Amino acid sequence: MSAASPVEVEPTQAPDDITFLSKPWVTLVWDDPVNLMSYVSYVFQKYFGYDKAKAEKLMLEVHNDGKSVVSTGTREEMERDVQAMHEYGLWATMEKAG
Amino acid sequence: MSGFEHHARSDRVIATFTGFEADLLRSLASQMVELLRNERAEPAAPAADPFDALMAEFSGATTIPEDPVLARLFPTAYPDDDEAASDFRRFTESGLRDGKAAAAGLLIDTLEEAGLPPELTEEGLVFDVELTRSEAETWMRAFTDIRLALATRLGVEAGDEDYWHSLPDDDPRAQAHDIYEWVGYLQETVVEALTS
Repeated sequence: MSAASPVEVEPTQAPDDITFLSKPWVTLVWDDPVNLMSYVSYVFQKYFGYDKAKAEKLMLEVHNDGKSVVSTGTREEMERDVQAMHEYGLWATMEKAG
Repeated sequence: MSGFEHHARSDRVIATFTGFEADLLRSLASQMVELLRNERAEPAAPAADPFDALMAEFSGATTIPEDPVLARLFPTAYPDDDEAASDFRRFTESGLRDGKAAAAGLLIDTLEEAGLPPELTEEGLVFDVELTRSEAETWMRAFTDIRLALATRLGVEAGDEDYWHSLPDDDPRAQAHDIYEWVGYLQETVVEALTS
């Protein structure tokens, strides 16, 4: 048995980041020398609905680290995301979350 | 040449083109349509299994396109799983090809409706192109595909600007690179106009 103790929920965590469902796949976007930084950030905002700060953070990860995980979800969801990224001309792949 | 700007009252994304610039864009977009249409997505080799051979006639490509431009436009979704990669390609590549060809086609149609004649003969032709937000986004995708194609043919790499600018002006590769940069500039102004 356990007793609940009064804890504060961290207000900094976004509800979207908290889930108990398994999200076993990720979509990766890879750096390429062609796509404009502004365009990549625009695509992340437009397609994923991310706010500007999150889109820019992911874009800079792609630019500086060579790749970034841009979405997480089921295999079917990630196939949709990868296809959409290809539609926008971004170099995207998917894999099982490590 | 001033690039695209957002016009607040009409909510249109507008740029002024010379006949020469518009003709050049039309030529690039036409080449994109031709590339996407001619190099049809087809299985590389006849399938040994009769059922697979039959199915191949009804479905899309399963192997990476030989043309490096197409290989870049349609990347392998599963780098570590050939079978899943083939399935993904079979179910997506044909639709992606159609979408990219349609985007390039819209670019051509818009230019011609805006005043670009079938054959450019008139000197000093200048006209405005006015795009809705949705059209502007389609143009932006077409610009991306054109830039990916030019960059792949030229072998553009990160941080190689000095190399391209060091080439003599009459080098065809330098000229192609100038066009690549110009389309990039146009694209940047569309992104700015759409986010303003």
